[in-house]
Amino acid sequence: MARAITTQKKVMWTALAWAFGLMMFFPIMWTFLTSFKTEATAISDPPVWFFFDWTLENYADVQARSNYPKALMNSIIIAVGSTLLGILIAVPAAWSMAFVPSNRTKDILLWMLSTKMLPAVGVLYPLVLLAKWLGVMDSRVLLVVVLMLINLPIIVWMLYTYFREIPGEILEASRMDGASLKDEILYVLTPMALPGIASTILLNIILAWNEAFWTILLTTVDAAPLTKFIASFSAPEGLFYAKLSAASMLAVAPILIMGWFSQKQLVRGLTFGAVK
Amino acid sequence: MATAHSKSAARMMIAPAVFVLLVWMLIPLCMTLYFSFADYRPMRGIFEAWIGFKNYESFLTSSSFMKSLLTTLWMVGGILTITITGGVAMALLLDKPMFGQGIVRILVIAPFFVMPTVSALVWKNMFFNVDNGLFSYAYEFFGAQPFDFLSQAPLLSIVIIVAWQWLPFATLILLTAVQSLDSEKLEAAEIDGAPAFARFRFIILPHLSRAITVVILIQTIFLLSIFAEIFVTTNGAFGTRTLTYLVYQRVLESQNIGLGSAGGIIAVILANIVAIFLMRIVGKNLDN
Repeated sequence: MARAITTQKKVMWTALAWAFGLMMFFPIMWTFLTSFKTEATAISDPPVWFFFDWTLENYADVQARSNYPKALMNSIIIAVGSTLLGILIAVPAAWSMAFVPSNRTKDILLWMLSTKMLPAVGVLYPLVLLAKWLGVMDSRVLLVVVLMLINLPIIVWMLYTYFREIPGEILEASRMDGASLKDEILYVLTPMALPGIASTILLNIILAWNEAFWTILLTTVDAAPLTKFIASFSAPEGLFYAKLSAASMLAVAPILIMGWFSQKQLVRGLTFGAVK
Repeated sequence: MATAHSKSAARMMIAPAVFVLLVWMLIPLCMTLYFSFADYRPMRGIFEAWIGFKNYESFLTSSSFMKSLLTTLWMVGGILTITITGGVAMALLLDKPMFGQGIVRILVIAPFFVMPTVSALVWKNMFFNVDNGLFSYAYEFFGAQPFDFLSQAPLLSIVIIVAWQWLPFATLILLTAVQSLDSEKLEAAEIDGAPAFARFRFIILPHLSRAITVVILIQTIFLLSIFAEIFVTTNGAFGTRTLTYLVYQRVLESQNIGLGSAGGIIAVILANIVAIFLMRIVGKNLDN
């Protein structure tokens, strides 16, 4: 039974929640504002908030940097490529574990999860060595494969939890009607599984986009994505706050928007179904 | 009913995923294990395949290991404390009736999607910087001496940056848990005259305990391998060298592969201890 809530209380909670919300969001807001300032305004004392001459020159500057378009392209290729490759491998695995479970299914799932917990530094040198030996150091292929591997357990788990929600009776009914395995997958399962697959793709693009261990250490120039491009601002040259802000906004904005759409999937995907 | 035919097909379908993960786990890990027993310093052309446990001995007894372990504990502990207490408070707050709840949620969750190098650099330059950072202006505004965060309190600075990134995660998961709480139970307690603190202590907190455990375990796994935030802010200086960072420096900076590999194996063992607890909880959840 819901109780009537006094408007006064509601206003109080609203004010408090908005205050905290704006506090959390403030660094992003500040970066956004700074990205439209000139370098001189960006460090003016006292700080200016909204009333300055808004300029787009920082965005033009960042775009003009020789390596920005390449970094953006690399980020897109690596994030999307590793996710799609992961989906390709994970869909059959998750499908069979959800619909034809054996007594080892649970062990396999937990084992996959355990690979996710392997600290990256534990395998850092061998990976560098193997990459050099295969001649793929600083290549997009390497990053696509590595990021696919570190996110594969999450992809399998997410798909598994989605697939398990599809009622098995539907499959049995289609089998009774004489559907082959191929028909079953193509015409019965796929349409029901698509929303789950779509949100898995979304969350994994976000995770791959923001991955900042392998992308920094396994690339130098050719395959360097935005994570590495931004890291190059840690050795500043002169006034650079406004440019840093513009570059940051360009790197963050698309993922931020995707992220807002995937809040629910985030809970499911990163807790492995332990919190619903 | 699964037929024999579909069972063998099922195994075929799992095979690629299991195979790639097995290769990914085993080959590099075995190589690290192998190197950890070798004296391998490629820059000086030294390679001796077997020196026993010497690398482990010198890694474990070096002062930098104990320091890095403490740094890791402080860092992970600090971030966990902030994100869990903050997360519970935020989750309870966001669950209250209010105007524009959806927008507040979006504002709160946003930092989680900011890439680590961006958040570290934005905080480092635009907030912590002693000359031009926003915090310095705030200090001056109140008439205080500006405080050089990254050199005076480097560990705290990194804790703030990473806690900002992970507080949304804790909030979101705890909010999901709060929302599944039976509100009638709370109302009954309220009618019976239980004060707010008692309701929190005896109804809300027990209900959240599982979600809190999950958040702690998952965050610990991710936090143990914090890298980019340290890389772009202090580069491991001023007592911010965590175990992960120490191993990275041994392996890639000083190119002492044997020693670094021994450190890597130790990091793997420590992470596994945390992982076992998480797996138990997740495994239990799979049964029902």
